[in-house]
Amino acid sequence: MRFTKDHEWVSLEGDVATIGITAYAAEQLGDVVFVEVPEAGKVVKTGDNLAVVESVKAASDVYAPLTGEVVEGNAALGDAPETVNDQPEKAGWFAKIKIADKAEYEALMDRAAYEDFLGTL
Amino acid sequence: MSDDNLKTTPLNAAHIAAGARMVPFAGYSMPVQYKDGVMKEHLWTRENAGLFDVSHMGQARLRGVSPLSAFEEVTPGDFIGLKPGKQRYSVLLNKKGGIIDDLMAARPDDDGLFVVVNGACKDNDFKIIDDELAGQVRIDRLEDRALLALQGPKAAAVLAEHAPEAATMVFMDARSITAFGTDAIISRTGYTGEDGYEISIPATEAERVWNTLLADVRVKPIGLGARDSLRLEAGLPLYGHDVDETVSPVEADLAFAVSKKRREARDFPGAARIAKELAEGVTRKRVGLTVLEGAPAREGAEIADEAGNVVGVITSGGFSPSLGKPIAMGFVPPALAVAGTKLKVIVRGKPQSAEVTAMPFVPHQYVRKL
Repeated sequence: MRFTKDHEWVSLEGDVATIGITAYAAEQLGDVVFVEVPEAGKVVKTGDNLAVVESVKAASDVYAPLTGEVVEGNAALGDAPETVNDQPEKAGWFAKIKIADKAEYEALMDRAAYEDFLGTL
Repeated sequence: MSDDNLKTTPLNAAHIAAGARMVPFAGYSMPVQYKDGVMKEHLWTRENAGLFDVSHMGQARLRGVSPLSAFEEVTPGDFIGLKPGKQRYSVLLNKKGGIIDDLMAARPDDDGLFVVVNGACKDNDFKIIDDELAGQVRIDRLEDRALLALQGPKAAAVLAEHAPEAATMVFMDARSITAFGTDAIISRTGYTGEDGYEISIPATEAERVWNTLLADVRVKPIGLGARDSLRLEAGLPLYGHDVDETVSPVEADLAFAVSKKRREARDFPGAARIAKELAEGVTRKRVGLTVLEGAPAREGAEIADEAGNVVGVITSGGFSPSLGKPIAMGFVPPALAVAGTKLKVIVRGKPQSAEVTAMPFVPHQYVRKL
């Protein structure tokens, strides 16, 4: 699993990356009440808006950590947005993206580097 | 994160010790939430008792020869008719009948009028009152006092243990009494729709009183996040969002703040506009909306009719923890302001179904009779 400074995690199987937000991000957001996930076929570049996650008090954008094409959004979050709080780094994933360039994944932080980054916040 | 330009309340250290997440608000560093988070804090207040630090709000005494009649020069309320021990909600009006701020004014004792205004507006409010009423009365700001709010169905039982007299008060009563061993100004009011009290005490006593109340298992500290979702459910407008200097009390659905006597006398700022609006109607009105599908509609989202024409804008909105669905307030033409009217709210470019809903969204629990 790899991580971004925007507190997203990415796990790669073959050329399909599963993307979610980290436990730290979920805790910071508080109770998630709504999630908007992308539809299959959407093409995103790194830094594009990928999803929106909403707490009681605010809406936050989730940015694409990698370039590629969405193959699936996590439809289960529609009825159970609280999954993002309960299992942020498992069932609370947002989208699966078929990535164009594996080097982009390799360039992200590993868990140790992400935890060091959290220590600086 | 610290910011040297932000002011702090007398409870700053207590908030940090309690694990609050501090954010800038109205020029102060304020707790937006504690460890439990907005959802749990909101529901706790609806079921138990929530304790809020609202010391950022502006407290003042209006003192002079005839403070009650003087205050009528800047507001549309019947303050000459305000009885001792009572409090009234009112608005400070500009010459065009727009709302400069909303406020509470009370006669808790014989010392003039006790006024509480919004934190973000207080410097401007007090200057305007001082300037407009110069020569008759003066504003004495009570910078050395803190303000707490204790809200929820268990608030009365909790406060009665420290201030037995508070239990003899009803909604919108205000009294200067000795409570917690200090001089307190207590009013049975609040900004959550629940029964509860606002408690003004000397800043030097704030942390002791705060900790005394929190020692009660029925009481938890509640941040500004839940304060906002609670007041939204209660249908109460938030100044600077739902109401501003362009909005009249009639448009804001606050016409109850324009007293009968003053309507007849038409002797307040902007009276011509307000009388016209009362007689002939308005072009926009503040309404509640229940969002029937999709994401919460937040401030700035457009409101459209069923044909897709933009007819208004959301001024505050979010997710209602008590109702489990998104709710909002916004302005629409009066023809579309009737409860049950089907509208659309446009969130991130997508129209979502919404319905005009009578406010409050969650019934008020004010204790009007003992």
